[in-house]
Amino acid sequence: MPTKLSVSLSPHVRGELSTQGIMLRVFIALLPAALMGVYAFGGQALWTLILSTASAVLAEALAQKLLKRPVTAFHDGSAAVTGLLLGLCLPPAVPWYLAVVGSAFAVVIAKQVFGGLGSNFVNPALAGRAFLLACWPAAMTTFIGIDGQTGATPLAYLQSPTDLAAAFGENWRLDAFLGRVPGTIGEVSTLALLLGAAFLLISRIIDWRIPLSYLASLGVLSVIAGVELSASLLLGGVVLSAFFMATDYVTSPASSWGKIVFGLGCGVVNFVIRQWGAYPEGVTYAILLMNVCSPLIERATRPKKYGEVKARA
Amino acid sequence: MPLKTFSGGIHPLEKTHHGKGLSEHLAITKPEAPRRVKLPMAQHIGAPCRPLVVAGDRVLRGQLIGETGGFVSAPVHASVSGAVLSVQPERAIGGQTPLTVTIENDFKDETVEFIPADPAALSREELLKRVAAAGLAGMGGAAFPLHVKLSPPEGTKIDYLLLNGAECEPYLTADHRMMLERGEMILKGAAILKRILDADAAIIGIEANKQDAIANLERLAQGSGIKIQPLRVKYPQGSEKQIIQSLTGRQVPSGKLPAAAGCVVVNVSTAHAVYEAVALGKPLIDRVLTVTGEGIETPANLEVPIGTEISHLIACCGGLKDGSARLVSGGPMMGIAVFEEDLPIVKGSSGILALLHGSQDAHGEGPCIHCGRCSRGCPIHLQPYELYSDMLKKDWAAAEKHGALDCVECGACSYICPARREVTSAIRVAKRQAQALKRK
Repeated sequence: MPTKLSVSLSPHVRGELSTQGIMLRVFIALLPAALMGVYAFGGQALWTLILSTASAVLAEALAQKLLKRPVTAFHDGSAAVTGLLLGLCLPPAVPWYLAVVGSAFAVVIAKQVFGGLGSNFVNPALAGRAFLLACWPAAMTTFIGIDGQTGATPLAYLQSPTDLAAAFGENWRLDAFLGRVPGTIGEVSTLALLLGAAFLLISRIIDWRIPLSYLASLGVLSVIAGVELSASLLLGGVVLSAFFMATDYVTSPASSWGKIVFGLGCGVVNFVIRQWGAYPEGVTYAILLMNVCSPLIERATRPKKYGEVKARA
Repeated sequence: MPLKTFSGGIHPLEKTHHGKGLSEHLAITKPEAPRRVKLPMAQHIGAPCRPLVVAGDRVLRGQLIGETGGFVSAPVHASVSGAVLSVQPERAIGGQTPLTVTIENDFKDETVEFIPADPAALSREELLKRVAAAGLAGMGGAAFPLHVKLSPPEGTKIDYLLLNGAECEPYLTADHRMMLERGEMILKGAAILKRILDADAAIIGIEANKQDAIANLERLAQGSGIKIQPLRVKYPQGSEKQIIQSLTGRQVPSGKLPAAAGCVVVNVSTAHAVYEAVALGKPLIDRVLTVTGEGIETPANLEVPIGTEISHLIACCGGLKDGSARLVSGGPMMGIAVFEEDLPIVKGSSGILALLHGSQDAHGEGPCIHCGRCSRGCPIHLQPYELYSDMLKKDWAAAEKHGALDCVECGACSYICPARREVTSAIRVAKRQAQALKRK
């Protein structure tokens, strides 16, 4: 019988997890938070999320077509994750075109212009959010409460638990944990975010080092500055960002110590912006700034290779 | 006993018991003898042998047919009796065309007289001489001439003789069966090696997925002073540098041989061959290897003459399922793709795999997303993604700086890469270029 042989490069077997599989898991991990956002803010939030996700995918496909690159937008899943992430860090009542413009900016300007997946130097979703924050500052910082009333972010009351209690009721801590205190669509329910984060940690998609060092440094500095720990971590977008944005592979260090340095840096910059900056929340700029430092951190935290020892005898 | 291990590494084919379930329970068998054998004069790392026979000569099994071409070399012996058909360059596994002696088997099995000896009565030099004369070369895959390994530079003290029974490559089970069925001879071989090296301790490292082999050797080794150490199941546990780290906590200095860490590592099947060579006087003419994979009808652990063609092994195992496969010589992680079925197996052939046609990712290589899995999996703690980009930039100096020369080419980075990038191949290219640059 004539046989037909095919050849392959070693290793001749490969692992199961693909880039697509990673993106799919991140997307799934974001769904609890998305659901809680929709539950808290209703149809408008759902519409914003669908719009931001769809625009990211379509804008990436269009950009790839124009740049004569292989169109991967529909199957690699990275644009969908970026779009969903951007939607989750928008206030629920933003005009629809912000979701579209933000997503397009994220995938086209922050990602495709620099070479596409893997070549961007800042987190695309955060770059999109920063762009929106600069262009539409009012719309980006107006939040609706669960009661439908518009108001400022609870972070404005960060310095005083009594003010927080006055604004959101005595049970604001539990409410913030469950998702009954205003915020962006994705950041309302810390519980839902932790659920998704636990899934990513257990399935080893993300590593604990960045989120833990981020939350720890922000928490410790906040407590030193006299801010209640639960207020500093439960309010605002810290949990969403620490687990889902700061852990972005492309824009954070791959080395173990690098991850810790990176996380600590995020926490420190975030604290500084919250404490003394013009914005009530510093998540976006903290991570963007650390993204830029990531290659330097990685170079400084290169692990020692096997064999860097002296010969015996 | 707590399991010892090294840092880094991966867990290939974990869900399917590393593919070993196909053959680990099958006792070693001797299949029908091959019609002919092809014996390349370069089966080892080092200088090729000079053939001592010409076409038409009749040779006996065990007869010396290729004499060493230098110190780093290993003689070749006829593995069957019969007539020499040809002495000419022939294709070998790996694509080279070394001078090859082809012998037509006359099935008479006429053998030269093997002269046994009592190892205890021989001096270290005499032991070493018998090892060298038997043509022993590492049987775990690299085929490094054994007597060279056993002659460390003057003044080097060898503290540990480490016997490698990790068999960390998925699918392969030949060493496993050897430890189960020929444990006694492995231990006797180990004792000889320990004497040659004047080592303080001898340890056999075995991955914990071979509990029966561990129990068997522990039972046999009682009172012998040879220690059996179970190792965590992790790839590449059986890599020389890694098993040294696992068993002794030492590291081989970059660019140096294991002797620089006071260690010599010998595969368990090689230790078995040492016993045969020294005590029985039998040269390395047969070996046990695993013929397995989803593409083969009936997997087996076979003992065959060296030089047997792969096509014969496949025929002995019921042939290929549906007549097509990806054939690999060695394990699936570090093995070499086989592109012709009539290539001969050599001293270092640990297995022949028939894998099903690859379900390679439909989208091929994707961009690196800098996930760091290759770095965490690298047993040398290199940054494989960085070396890949050095290769793309053809920056060989950077590749050297980033440790390309330390790469053991274990394949962990390519296996684990979610973007399906050919990281190992890229580093291999960078390593060869960096080596060339260094020689200049």
